[in-house]
Amino acid sequence: MQKITLPITDDVIRELKVGDSVSLTGVMITGRDAVHKWMIDTFVKKSRKPEGDDEAVNEALKPILDGGAIYHCGPVVAGLDTGDYSFVAAGPTTSIREEPYQGDVMQHFNIKAVIGKGGMGPKTLAACSDVPGVYLHAIGGAASLIAQSVQQVLTVHKLDFGVPEAIWVIDVKDFPAVVTMDSHGGSVHVEVETHSKAQLDKLLAS
Amino acid sequence: MPDLTEAFLELVRLTSTDLPPDVETSLKRAREQEASGSAAQSALDTILENVALARQNSTPICQDTGTPIFYVQHPRGWSTTILKGQIRAAVAEATKRTYLRPNAVDTVTGKNSGNNLGDPAFPTIHFEETEGEDLIVDLILKGGGCENVGAQYSLPNGRLSAGRDLEGVRKVVLDAVFNAQGKGCAPGVLGVAIGGDRGSSYYASKEALFRKLDDENSNSDLAQLENRLTQDANQLHIGPMGFGGETTVLGVKAKSLHRLPASYFVSVSYMCWAHRRRRMTVRGDETNYE
Repeated sequence: MQKITLPITDDVIRELKVGDSVSLTGVMITGRDAVHKWMIDTFVKKSRKPEGDDEAVNEALKPILDGGAIYHCGPVVAGLDTGDYSFVAAGPTTSIREEPYQGDVMQHFNIKAVIGKGGMGPKTLAACSDVPGVYLHAIGGAASLIAQSVQQVLTVHKLDFGVPEAIWVIDVKDFPAVVTMDSHGGSVHVEVETHSKAQLDKLLAS
Repeated sequence: MPDLTEAFLELVRLTSTDLPPDVETSLKRAREQEASGSAAQSALDTILENVALARQNSTPICQDTGTPIFYVQHPRGWSTTILKGQIRAAVAEATKRTYLRPNAVDTVTGKNSGNNLGDPAFPTIHFEETEGEDLIVDLILKGGGCENVGAQYSLPNGRLSAGRDLEGVRKVVLDAVFNAQGKGCAPGVLGVAIGGDRGSSYYASKEALFRKLDDENSNSDLAQLENRLTQDANQLHIGPMGFGGETTVLGVKAKSLHRLPASYFVSVSYMCWAHRRRRMTVRGDETNYE
């Protein structure tokens, strides 16, 4: 188990290989479907003009994301009525939905670690080589357990996206994950898919 | 008619936080089959640890508490309108108590209702009148990740050389498992329906998921298909979380429906390892959960 502190340096990223177990400590954000689309439209491709607090949120996110991590997660949150938030359940969501956006978002913000489940595709793998960065696989469904690594919810942005889709800024300690895509072109997901395709072909022929 | 709102709330809490024993046993068995020290075994260790923790703390096993799908069997004379009102009130209260994540999003505006109450079809509630005296309510919480990897095929399928028979069914279901890879939170449980129209077929594929894992299909052909599919799917070696490994599915449950001469649908509903399903039975003043 390798302990990693956020933000992450290029040297640390380059040392990580697929199969490595890591535990993350530091400040990260959650971001999933709505957030990735909002980032791409408003700040990367600039196809829509910033509105409301968009610019302010962008400025607040920049230092966290520079060398930082984004977690594909739509948590269950307590304290919605008081504003004294805490995470009750916070496992990863399926990452592949962010595939059209993720590489560009990583490049734009210099994001070093993308955390989720199920793996991502070639665009993200290419960004992992370029930025450089890694894809960290958390255990899908292990929501109560992962929530325990969230020490504190520092703030929330874009709560109007809904609780699951909002940007939660969290302070985590020993957040557990496995490197399944590294900065050297390695991907567990490509390996497993290739092997299972060969197996499928055999089973279809039998 | 009694006010069962509290009883429904307990059904939701139990379903979200306490994995059924047959599923947990099956996960433990899967853990024993993975190589010592492998990523697959480590994933199952984490899963089992999480299951115990969620039960102990009464917190959701998975943060995606999914679409609450209720199947209600009620005796003659019960008002489905009143039952629906009680179920909806219980779902809103369960959301407030963080047993459920607010999950109902208006598709046009993108706005989350905040309490899991959407249009009349959210949460999903199916009613059926039965001959008995008991009220039986089955609940499944079906997350989005696994719902997204569900699939429907129309046989014959040329790409897979799948004809209109159970062998063809086997081929397309394996294709669905392959396409899902680890994205549906493997090791999953497959609900498979064959026949029907597109709507009834998907509906039946979800109904099949209410059967316990050790329950054997009363139709011997389907029982054989279920066993073969479980074995074959595990030969794909997609493994827990898609990390590679011995267990890709925990089980397969199949159901057959009559079909039109022109149609032969195969619907696959993929349920993640967090197979949250519970049953509540109301008999007189007594309410039981299993």
